[in-house]
Amino acid sequence: MDSKGYLDMELLRFTTAGSVDDGKSTLIGRLLYDSKSIFEYQLEAVKQAAASRGNEEVNLALLTDGLRAEREQGITIDVAYRYFATPKRKFIIADTPGHIQYTRNMVTGASTADLAVILIDVRNGVVEQTVRHTCIANLLGIPFITVCVNKMDMVDFDQGRFDDICSQFTAMTHRLGIKSEVRFIPVSAKHGDNVVDRSERMPWYNGMSLLQLLESIPIGGAAASGAESQPLRLPVQYVIRPISDKFPDYRAYAGRMAGGALHVGDRIRVYPSGLTSTVTAIMQAEKALDEAHAPQSVSVLLEDDIDISRGDCIAGIDGLQPQVSQSLEAMCCWFGPDALQQGKRYIVKSAVSETVGMIKRVEYKLDVNTLTETAADTEVNMNDIARVQLRTANPMVVDSYPCNRTTGSLIIIDPDSFATVGAAMIV
Amino acid sequence: MFKITHLQELESESIYVIREVAAQFERPAILFSGGKDSIVVTWLAYKAFYPARIPFPLVHIDTGHNFKETIEYRDRFAERLGVRLIVGSVQESIDTGRVKEEKGYNSSRNRLQTTTLLDTIEKYKFDACIGGARRDEEKARAKERFFSHRDEFGQWNPKNQRPELWNNFNGKKNMGEHFRVFPISNWTEMDVWQYIYAENIELPSLYFTHERQCFMRDGVWLAAEPCITRKPDEVVETKRVRCRTIGDITCTGLTISEADNLEDIIDEIAATRVTERGGRADDRRSETAMEDRKKEGYF
Repeated sequence: MDSKGYLDMELLRFTTAGSVDDGKSTLIGRLLYDSKSIFEYQLEAVKQAAASRGNEEVNLALLTDGLRAEREQGITIDVAYRYFATPKRKFIIADTPGHIQYTRNMVTGASTADLAVILIDVRNGVVEQTVRHTCIANLLGIPFITVCVNKMDMVDFDQGRFDDICSQFTAMTHRLGIKSEVRFIPVSAKHGDNVVDRSERMPWYNGMSLLQLLESIPIGGAAASGAESQPLRLPVQYVIRPISDKFPDYRAYAGRMAGGALHVGDRIRVYPSGLTSTVTAIMQAEKALDEAHAPQSVSVLLEDDIDISRGDCIAGIDGLQPQVSQSLEAMCCWFGPDALQQGKRYIVKSAVSETVGMIKRVEYKLDVNTLTETAADTEVNMNDIARVQLRTANPMVVDSYPCNRTTGSLIIIDPDSFATVGAAMIV
Repeated sequence: MFKITHLQELESESIYVIREVAAQFERPAILFSGGKDSIVVTWLAYKAFYPARIPFPLVHIDTGHNFKETIEYRDRFAERLGVRLIVGSVQESIDTGRVKEEKGYNSSRNRLQTTTLLDTIEKYKFDACIGGARRDEEKARAKERFFSHRDEFGQWNPKNQRPELWNNFNGKKNMGEHFRVFPISNWTEMDVWQYIYAENIELPSLYFTHERQCFMRDGVWLAAEPCITRKPDEVVETKRVRCRTIGDITCTGLTISEADNLEDIIDEIAATRVTERGGRADDRRSETAMEDRKKEGYF
């Protein structure tokens, strides 16, 4: 890999989910190992650890199990981030555990992903956890799902078993109305079949290996989530005011493009005030740009001296406008150890603004194993997902989550512990 | 169609995180080690607020066992970017009896600097310390958050970290608690080097090959400096070496290398399969060494 080539790579963020023992850690270990992202020192440590525990085979899963508690229990208990690169792309993996009590970790890992890899043990087929993972990927707006049917070596690489699982899965996605685009790959993570290279042991499979798919799935980071064709959204994070001799009246609005494109000369509208102005410059430090796109961090100068502060949102003058509202409908995943309390004053925070808010009503809970609504039981506990009505003290500038994953999402903070207790997606 | 490279996307993410720190905290600081990662973080902070100055100071915890090149670079870099520099001294912590100097061949002030760091945070009432740690460095860091919550004793509790969704960071805290913030969490060693190359950022000369008096211990080349007591059988040799990471002299392993420019360094890293932390003596003490030190408040 030469220095110049590397400067031309793209970034893909994906999440992995699977049930216990379906070989997810082994699959990631395999991707890291075969793409030469594992260093000898790490491999040596894993070999030693295996030897000291009396295991004969080097377990690739140990490459990704981080904290001591998990090593002792032999399970992954939190979201862990892994990195590897090929000459085409850099990859960020949000590796999440598959246990029933850790829906919240899957939601966290899925929140920034453009693609979800879901593992199915070919011997077990589509199980309850597969349904849950698929629902969460869909709920969090991940555009692509890749189903890896693993442990093909255990069924003699039988095409019939693979085809059965594909139809089970497809039937499930139709039944549940899943919008993400789905692809299937037969793999053996342990032996590397169809992980990095195409396997010769499954000549009946004509598709890509997992890595080939990861390298070719459309991105542009933002483009995968449709940010490019989205309406312009630039949430204002910070106002840059040098107040120096060289820049006496300089005032720039800094933020990260959350959707769409912005050009010098564009007319813009600021929310919640509704005031309009024209973009006179787009800056990235010393460099002046003609245009900015999601997800770039920029600072913007405007023609008019209007009052803009952190928490405001710059939008286009035409096209879909954000909502400014104190009453919000949302799907909420609960993270807190204490159950959701209706009527309690929580802190409601969007990416760059916050206010006090109450959950006025729980309309129903979502059973993520079946994607059905349960209206009878409205006690929302950790790992539950519920449709709620929120009321905020001040108006929030928001979009629907399918329209924009940044301006369409909120976190809920407990004012007593300051812990993040919920994640909400505006309906 | 518009395309953004992975380095541009990583840069944008890090600048976003740094601006969040400025917006959410009253007294942030950048923890500056003189190593390439903290140099990149400081550079990103410079870009985040330009043409205003970085609205918080650089804090350097000086073990007293730093390479002189590090100290010279630190002073020059701070002056060039127009950022205030605060130095916390481990020697002072030793002199005032806050910590006790380790003895013996493997003694290092690396562990002692945790106390000096926490004392400095306390003295200046910093509520967020920005650091250059990356998740790819070590397994215990793979689960680290961008906004990492520390209790009033500076401890990190792996079971009590806040979930981080989308780009929505919760920096709320009780009195006495503080945060460590890691804007380049998602960067790898290769990304850092490529970014330095793309941005043409000046580095301490230690990163490039130079002649140095060295000796070998446990398979790692160390600098022959008075702060490391050599065993009788450890022979000093002159070698052409460079640093892959820069820390305290006692735990900075040196790589035999002829690389005298960034392109060569990048090629060298692409070819090598020994992790940069593999050269750090402090991580080798046990399999979970990093997790133990993190719980105590080490960076």
